[in-house]
Amino acid sequence: MSTETAKAIEKKPAEALFSKRRKKLVTDPLVDDNPITIQVLGICSALAVTTQMKPTLVMAISVIFVVAMSNFVISLMRNTIPTRVRIIVQLAVVATLVTLVSEVLKAFAYDMYKELSVFIGLIITNCIVMGRLEAFALGNKPYDSVLDGLGSALGYSWIILTVAFFRELWGSGSVFGIPVFDTISGLFGPDFKLATNGLMVTPVGAFIILGLIIWVQRTKTGYVEH
Amino acid sequence: MELISLGIRSIFIDNMIFAYFLGMCSFLAVSKKVSTALGLGAAVVFVLSVTTPVNWLLNEFVLKEGALTWASADLATIDLSFLRFIMFIAIIAAMVQLVEMVVEKFAPALYGQLGIFLPLIAVNCAILGGSLFMAQRDYTFAESAVYGFGSGTGFMLAIVALAAIREKLKYSAVPNGLKGLGITMLLTGLMGIAFMSFMGIDL
Repeated sequence: MSTETAKAIEKKPAEALFSKRRKKLVTDPLVDDNPITIQVLGICSALAVTTQMKPTLVMAISVIFVVAMSNFVISLMRNTIPTRVRIIVQLAVVATLVTLVSEVLKAFAYDMYKELSVFIGLIITNCIVMGRLEAFALGNKPYDSVLDGLGSALGYSWIILTVAFFRELWGSGSVFGIPVFDTISGLFGPDFKLATNGLMVTPVGAFIILGLIIWVQRTKTGYVEH
Repeated sequence: MELISLGIRSIFIDNMIFAYFLGMCSFLAVSKKVSTALGLGAAVVFVLSVTTPVNWLLNEFVLKEGALTWASADLATIDLSFLRFIMFIAIIAAMVQLVEMVVEKFAPALYGQLGIFLPLIAVNCAILGGSLFMAQRDYTFAESAVYGFGSGTGFMLAIVALAAIREKLKYSAVPNGLKGLGITMLLTGLMGIAFMSFMGIDL
C-alpha cells in the first residue's frame, strides 16, 4: 500500500488523462492484486447475494458506485480530516452513499430492494470500501482515487459475478433467470434431464465455488500465501 | 422458552458465518491461532450483546415510523428509518470506543488481549448485520438482547473451530495455489455442511 502512495508523490503535474500509471490503477486490482482473491477483502456481504445473477449484478453496481464515490469524496476532504477521527468521518461518508443507493433501489426497483434486504446496508462495512479509503484516498488526488476505487470495485464485481454464474447455473439451472438446463434437456428428448445441485444454492456452495476460483486464479498468477 | 429457542437458533441454525457470511473478513484474517480467535470471538460476543439492544432502543424510540410520538403528538407521522444505516453505524462506532475505554480502565488484562481487535470490530459486518436483522425482523427488546448474544456466540464458535482446524493444517501438504485463503474457504464450506445438520430443528 505504501508504495502506491510513494508513487503518487513522484508524479509530475501535467499527466495524460489515461497515462500508463493511471491505467495500472484500474487494471491491477482486476487480476494481480484482486481485492477478493489476493487481498482477502470484502467477502462479507458479497457471497450472500450470489445465488442468482441479477441481484449480484445490482450488488456489483452498487459497490462500484459506493467505492468510487466515497474514494472521491474522502480524497477531496483528505487534507481537512483530523487523523484521530478519520474512521468515523469515513463511515459517515460511506453510510450516506449507501443510504442513497438503498433509497434509489427502494424507489425504482422495490423487488430487488426486498431481495437484497440487509446486504445493501452491509456495503458500509465492506472491507474493500474502508480499505481503499485508508490505503489510497487519504493520500491521493481525487481523480486518481476514483480510478483506484473503480479498479478495486471492478475486480470485486467480476469475481462475485463468476461465483453467481456457477451457483445459478448448477443450483437453479439458469443464467440471469433464463432456464438453461431445461432447454438443454429438451433437446435430448423427454427421458433426458439435467439435475440441479441443491447444495449450490446454500452458503456451502458459495464457499466451495469461491475456494476453487481462488485456487485457479492463484495457480495462474503464481501467488503463494505463507 | 421462546427466548431460549431464539438463542439456540441464532447460534447454530442462523449462524452469522455459515448462513449469512457476515464477519467473513475477520473470520478469515484472525483464524490462524486459537488464542487470538478466542480473543476476537469474545470481543464480538461482547460488542454484539451491547450494540443490538442499544440499537433496538434507538430504532424503537427515534427512527421507526411514529416512534417519536413519545416526544410530541405532532411527530407521529415522521419516519426516520432512512437514517438507519448512518445512526446504527454511529452507535456501533461509539459503543466500540466506549467499550474499549471501559475495558482499558477496569480490566487491563482483558484489554491486553482484546485491545487490538476492538477497533477492527467497528467495521465487522456481523455487528451491523445483527442490528439490521434485528430491525428487519421486529424483535422485542428481550429478543434483540438474546439475538445479539446468540449470534455473537455463534460467530465465536465458528472462528474458534476454524482456528483449531487451521492449526492442524500446518502439518498438511496443501497445493501452492490453495494455501491460505483457498483451503480456508473450502474448509468453511465443509464446516457449513456440518452446521446444515442443525437446520430444521424446531425448538
